[in-house]
Amino acid sequence: MRTALALVILLAAAVGLQAVREQQAPLASPTTENLLYVRSPEFMTRAALSYDLLLADVYWIRAVQHFGQTKLSKTQGKQYDLLLPLLDLATSLDPRFNIAYRFGAIFLAEDYPGGAGRPDHAIALLQKGLEQQPGKWEFAQDIGFVHYWWRKDYSEAAEWFTRAGEMPGAPNWLPALAAVTLAQGGNRESSRRLWQELLNSADAEWITTQARLRLSQLDAMDQIDTLERVVGLYAQRAGSPPRTWLDLVRAGYLRGLPVDPERYEYQLNPTSGAVTLAERSPLNPLPSREQPRR
Amino acid sequence: MRAVGHIAVNVFKESVRDKVLYSIVAFAVMLIAVSYLLGQLTAGQDLKIIKDLGLASIATFGLLIAVFIGIGLVWKEVERRSIYGLLTKPIRRWEFILGKYAGLMLTLLVNVSVMTAAFYAVLAYQGWGVDALARQAWPAPPMDPALLAAIALIFVELMLVTAIALFFSTFSSPFLSAVLTLGLWVIGHFNADLRNFENVLESRAAAWLARGLYYVLPNFDAFDIKAQVVHGQHVAASYIGLSMLYGAVYMALVLTGAVAIFARRDFK
Repeated sequence: MRTALALVILLAAAVGLQAVREQQAPLASPTTENLLYVRSPEFMTRAALSYDLLLADVYWIRAVQHFGQTKLSKTQGKQYDLLLPLLDLATSLDPRFNIAYRFGAIFLAEDYPGGAGRPDHAIALLQKGLEQQPGKWEFAQDIGFVHYWWRKDYSEAAEWFTRAGEMPGAPNWLPALAAVTLAQGGNRESSRRLWQELLNSADAEWITTQARLRLSQLDAMDQIDTLERVVGLYAQRAGSPPRTWLDLVRAGYLRGLPVDPERYEYQLNPTSGAVTLAERSPLNPLPSREQPRR
Repeated sequence: MRAVGHIAVNVFKESVRDKVLYSIVAFAVMLIAVSYLLGQLTAGQDLKIIKDLGLASIATFGLLIAVFIGIGLVWKEVERRSIYGLLTKPIRRWEFILGKYAGLMLTLLVNVSVMTAAFYAVLAYQGWGVDALARQAWPAPPMDPALLAAIALIFVELMLVTAIALFFSTFSSPFLSAVLTLGLWVIGHFNADLRNFENVLESRAAAWLARGLYYVLPNFDAFDIKAQVVHGQHVAASYIGLSMLYGAVYMALVLTGAVAIFARRDFK
């Protein structure tokens, strides 16, 4: 009985102390987050003994965390400098780690500061995957995709979509997509078609999430174009751009405050008349506005 | 052979009484269960991570049991001086060694079975309620029977490690036996590199030595099909069969060596 009482008291004391500790200011964290002790995939592959798969998982989790932490960080000049070495290690330790190639390529290609802004590294990573599994049409499709979306090299994209379409087991919409890409490269409708096809054929949650985000971004870009035309029309008639959305509502151009597909109110620059996403909108950053308009 | 059975049962009973063993197995089971949480930390690869961590846990904790119990099997009897009493009984020395080995094998079999059951329970939970489209993305189903082939080969590897630990324990201290066994296990995983040494060595003699070591030292990589199984690749039954046969022959070799050394030991 006494022992049980002592255990309860000690447990209560530990919980209480933990609660007190929680109130204290945290210690300054050591600057170790951007450390990677081993960068050589050749060494690591040998040193892993029979734990290569497990180490690949560890490096993959580190890559995901490094990407997430850096993306969310508010630091100026933040760096994704560990991303490629971590992905290289993960895919060297487990050469069939398909998601590390495919998802890793998105991390690398995504425009800075939302991602590393290195589509060249993304393509190199996917090509490494293709060397390991030459028949993997998804990697070829993803390379085409990086060329299409981030490099805006539509002829190269079409070539890779064609190559992917010729691989065994590839979906039958790839050759058609290659043709559309070549004919109307960069057209927002062809982008929409690409993401819609990916959404329809998605077999993993992250592809679905990515495709939905991109489709919403394309919708937002269309809405911004429409809103900017309305703002221009108002400026023509009133002699100066609207100061707020309410001016447009009062003038009968809009029925209410315009919101993006994620329900965040669009921002209006009263001087230039430019329309942008709300700073907190999860659709940020929009793909380059260099994407040709409709 | 009855003597072998009696000794084996005693070793098993002794192991069951050992609380450290329970701790090791409990920790392994806990780690396998925690792999479910670890899988949630990553993007879309939870099943792969559970399989990787589960198989690695079975291999690692099995290795710890094999080495740290294996090295004490003979040494304990000598240290406690119970060997004198044992050898006065109608037990031949080879029966003593084989009995000890069989007892530890039985212990390992039970432990690996418990870990495997925990592993499959976590996999079943992971696969439960997942829709058909998500299932298509998996290279292999959660409750893939091929995992049992990987676990069987891990068990063969553990049998060989135990034989090596027992071999060293017949003539050296537990510390030295542990170092030598683990050293050989590490070298055994670099075995494939020895074969390719001739491509980087200029000396012909050194290249031949490396080639000789490649054939003589145990090749532990032969028992590692984890990557293939996790990625749903087919592993030919002939490969598994040949690896098992290789393991069995090597075990026989090491145990014969252990018996030969133990038979010549003077306990006066």
